[in-house]
Amino acid sequence: MEWWWQLRKRDADMERELQSDLDLEEEEQREHGVSPEEARYAALRAFGNPTLISEQTRAVWTWNGFENFLRDVRISIRTLFRSPGFSVLAVLVMALCIGAATSLFTVMRSVLLRPLPFRDPDRLVMIYDHFRDPEHNDQGFNYNPVAPADYLDWRAQTHGFEDMAAWYYWPPNLTGEHGELPEMVQAGGGSWNLFPLLGVNAAIGRTFTESEDRPGANVALLTWSLFQRRFGGDSSIVGRQIHLNGKPYTVVGVLPKWFTYPDAEVQLWVPYAHIGAEVLTHHEYHFSRVVARLRANVSLASALSQVEALQYQLHMQNLHAPVAEDVAARSLIEDLARDVKKPLIILLCAVGCMLLIGCLNVANLMVARSAARQKEIAICSALGARRITLIRIQLIESLLISMAGGIAGVVLSLAATNWLVGLWKDLPTALNIHPDGVVLAVACALVFGAALLAGLLPAISSTSKSAIAETSSRTYCLTAPGSRARTALRKTLLTVEIATTVVLLIAAGLLLKSFWRLHTTDVGCVTDNVLTMRYSLPGKKYDSPAKANAFNETLLERVRAMPGVRAAALGTIAPGAGYGVDDLFTIPEHPRMAAGAPPPEALFRTADPGYFSALQIPLLSGRFFTTADRNGRPKTVIISDQLRRQYFPEENPLGQHIHSMRSNADYEIVGIVADTRYQVGLPDMATTYFPVLGGENSTGLTFVVRTAGDPLSISIPVQKLVAELDPQLPVSHVLTMQQIIEQSLGNASLSTSLVLGFAVMSLILASVGLYGVLSYLTIQRTGEIGVRMALGAQRGEVVRLVLVNGLRPAFYGLVLGLAASVGAVRLIQSMLYGTSPLDPAVFACVAASLLIVAALACLVPAWRASRIDPMQALRTE
Amino acid sequence: MSSMCKTQERAALLQGTLDMLILRTLLYGPAHGHQIGKHIQRTTNDFLQMQHGSLYPALQRLEQKGWVISKWEVAPDRNREFKYYRLTAQGKKQLVLEQSKWKRMVEAVARVLSTAAGES
Repeated sequence: MEWWWQLRKRDADMERELQSDLDLEEEEQREHGVSPEEARYAALRAFGNPTLISEQTRAVWTWNGFENFLRDVRISIRTLFRSPGFSVLAVLVMALCIGAATSLFTVMRSVLLRPLPFRDPDRLVMIYDHFRDPEHNDQGFNYNPVAPADYLDWRAQTHGFEDMAAWYYWPPNLTGEHGELPEMVQAGGGSWNLFPLLGVNAAIGRTFTESEDRPGANVALLTWSLFQRRFGGDSSIVGRQIHLNGKPYTVVGVLPKWFTYPDAEVQLWVPYAHIGAEVLTHHEYHFSRVVARLRANVSLASALSQVEALQYQLHMQNLHAPVAEDVAARSLIEDLARDVKKPLIILLCAVGCMLLIGCLNVANLMVARSAARQKEIAICSALGARRITLIRIQLIESLLISMAGGIAGVVLSLAATNWLVGLWKDLPTALNIHPDGVVLAVACALVFGAALLAGLLPAISSTSKSAIAETSSRTYCLTAPGSRARTALRKTLLTVEIATTVVLLIAAGLLLKSFWRLHTTDVGCVTDNVLTMRYSLPGKKYDSPAKANAFNETLLERVRAMPGVRAAALGTIAPGAGYGVDDLFTIPEHPRMAAGAPPPEALFRTADPGYFSALQIPLLSGRFFTTADRNGRPKTVIISDQLRRQYFPEENPLGQHIHSMRSNADYEIVGIVADTRYQVGLPDMATTYFPVLGGENSTGLTFVVRTAGDPLSISIPVQKLVAELDPQLPVSHVLTMQQIIEQSLGNASLSTSLVLGFAVMSLILASVGLYGVLSYLTIQRTGEIGVRMALGAQRGEVVRLVLVNGLRPAFYGLVLGLAASVGAVRLIQSMLYGTSPLDPAVFACVAASLLIVAALACLVPAWRASRIDPMQALRTE
Repeated sequence: MSSMCKTQERAALLQGTLDMLILRTLLYGPAHGHQIGKHIQRTTNDFLQMQHGSLYPALQRLEQKGWVISKWEVAPDRNREFKYYRLTAQGKKQLVLEQSKWKRMVEAVARVLSTAAGES
């Protein structure tokens, strides 16, 4: 602050010098015999304008520019405080817009732009199997999980990659040695080189060694979160044993806290080959993800071409099996962000539109204010203020507004980002999302950009020579030429604002309609009062089908006997809860397919005899399973209507057979049931149901209970029952059917409601803008309207005059916006479900609601104009 | 706006000379701003109307360059303080330099003017 005091001292010193010299001049004038009163003026005449002199003297000082800036800031702050309503409104608009933009940019930066926390992340790619079948790809399966034998061959026989690692999801039951609570966790089966390839070292202990990565391996790595949660952060767990599916595993290490790849759900790791030697020889079991590190100085295309060539060979050698012809690759970061990239870009566009509208609105407010301050500007200009100074002052004003808005916005965005990350389930949690320097820099750039956008246009227009000349030469005129130019500017701003709003509204409308379509989709079964939960019988304890069946049947029986339970059923996976697993089949009664054609596939499901009636899935023909369909005698299957339509279009499938590749056996078709959706928003798929008591030990099961009342109230009694039957068996995914469906809609609902929020904000901003412009215009035209009324214009005509005047920019904006929307909807086309991007209903609704809101915004000023008293109006000019 | 431009032009024109005149005035001894102005005006028989608008900035400039120093002192005849400016050694050197430059300039200009007059 030293320099500040020096500055103040020098200033005071100069004022004193000028004053003393001026006094001296006055005294001398008096001594020459001039009267005391005269002397003062004479002295001033001789001396010149003291203020100007001190200004010019100050100009010698080097700090001058900065001081001027401070002075302008002071003036601006004072002017802003003089109209607190305007200032608060403008700051609020800016805070919301900048805050929303900063939040989304924080997410975008963390998800798409910031390098991954791995060693040399730019060289990491994910490689997938790729089938050329176009129908397959249309359904979004272009990136297929890799078969283990494919991966092993790639790794051994190609040379473009430094190394390749693989992993898969594996959900085991986690139990302790001494009867601790059982828990079903998500685990990863990762090859030993996965961690060195990513550049990750264990925080405690070590990662897997090559020799540990073998079938039947019994070592495990904990993630930091499981280590803290279940083992209390006690590092003595390393070297001790945990039980997975009843088998002991030795913990060799704990992964660092930041490591949450591939997502936070994966709680622990076991070696890749642990799954068993036999499985590793298959080219058609697609369940692995392959991470590869590109060799330095090798292009991705050339490295990949080797893998492609090899994969095509593998395909030719296994024509009978679903072995991919091709491979597909994408960078690791893109792979992680796959589900959020598109919504994120759309949200950023939406928030960009809103920011633009916010800036235009503030610009509009500033134009209105500068109109009110035209006299002040004219006086400043007459007193010698240069145009650049006047523009600078106005720019500083808009800068102050956007800075206040920006600071509030950034604070707001910190909270908003957390909220958003909490809600947005698809965000890859391997990246931790937080603002950094770049985000702050972008926020600053936004602030300056917004200030420039909001301040420059009004500043330039209000300080133009014609605007100033008009005010200084103003006598009696109805509408001055300068103000007409300004009005045109405001109307242009307004048109752009409305056009942008229309684009946003249309996007929001389409997303909303698509969401509504999704929400009302029939999954094909009852969804009210249904509780589902999953468990998985460990193979070690339930080593024979009889043991598993005994458990399952006892559970079903006892739950059915519980009060309040309408029905209970058992299957692999509930409708709407996801893809699950699929199976390949052939139909022995049909002619053999041409060699090389991949066999048809169907979703693999199991069901107990009461499954379909419990879920109210209608039987179309044939019969349901009975308790006699057990242990594979007889081998029976129930097919979905979709399968019948696809593969038995002209014949009765009952009595024919399905040959399942999975178990390599024939099953007789005994029934046909209606279709269910495996996921809301995706088309029906052919499905085969096998008896749950069939004897094949399917690992994961979903237990379904339909209740009379609130289904959640029955969840604890059912879980207690499970614990009674087997205290070591954990239950997971306790969800109602409604929750399952809502979960799968969660992300669509989030992006829809955000875009809708932005659109509604924009509509409010635009209508406020319209109202403001029109009110101002009406006040400006008071004189003219007075003359018209004095000459006999009716009130109705005046209303029409003002309404037409205001609705014209709204109408132009609407037309412009509709035209722009036709192009803009392409961006969201792929996110729409059952909704055409040019949905006429949405377009019509948006047009109508915009016109209604615009008319309402115009009506108040129009009504006010019609109340003008002609005499009063003519006097005020 | 136009009047402002004129002032600036003139100040630029006078700048070198004004600095020299001030330094020269201070050669007689310390003086405050008003005295300096009055002195220049008087010695030129009011030919150079002293503009305070350029005098004070000039004094600031000279002080910044270290050619003069200032101090608040009581005027002998007025019994109150004025800001007195005093020539420094550096300022004296500068005055000599400026004077010789000025002399050469006047001679050169005079020569051009006299030959031009002779030829026509």
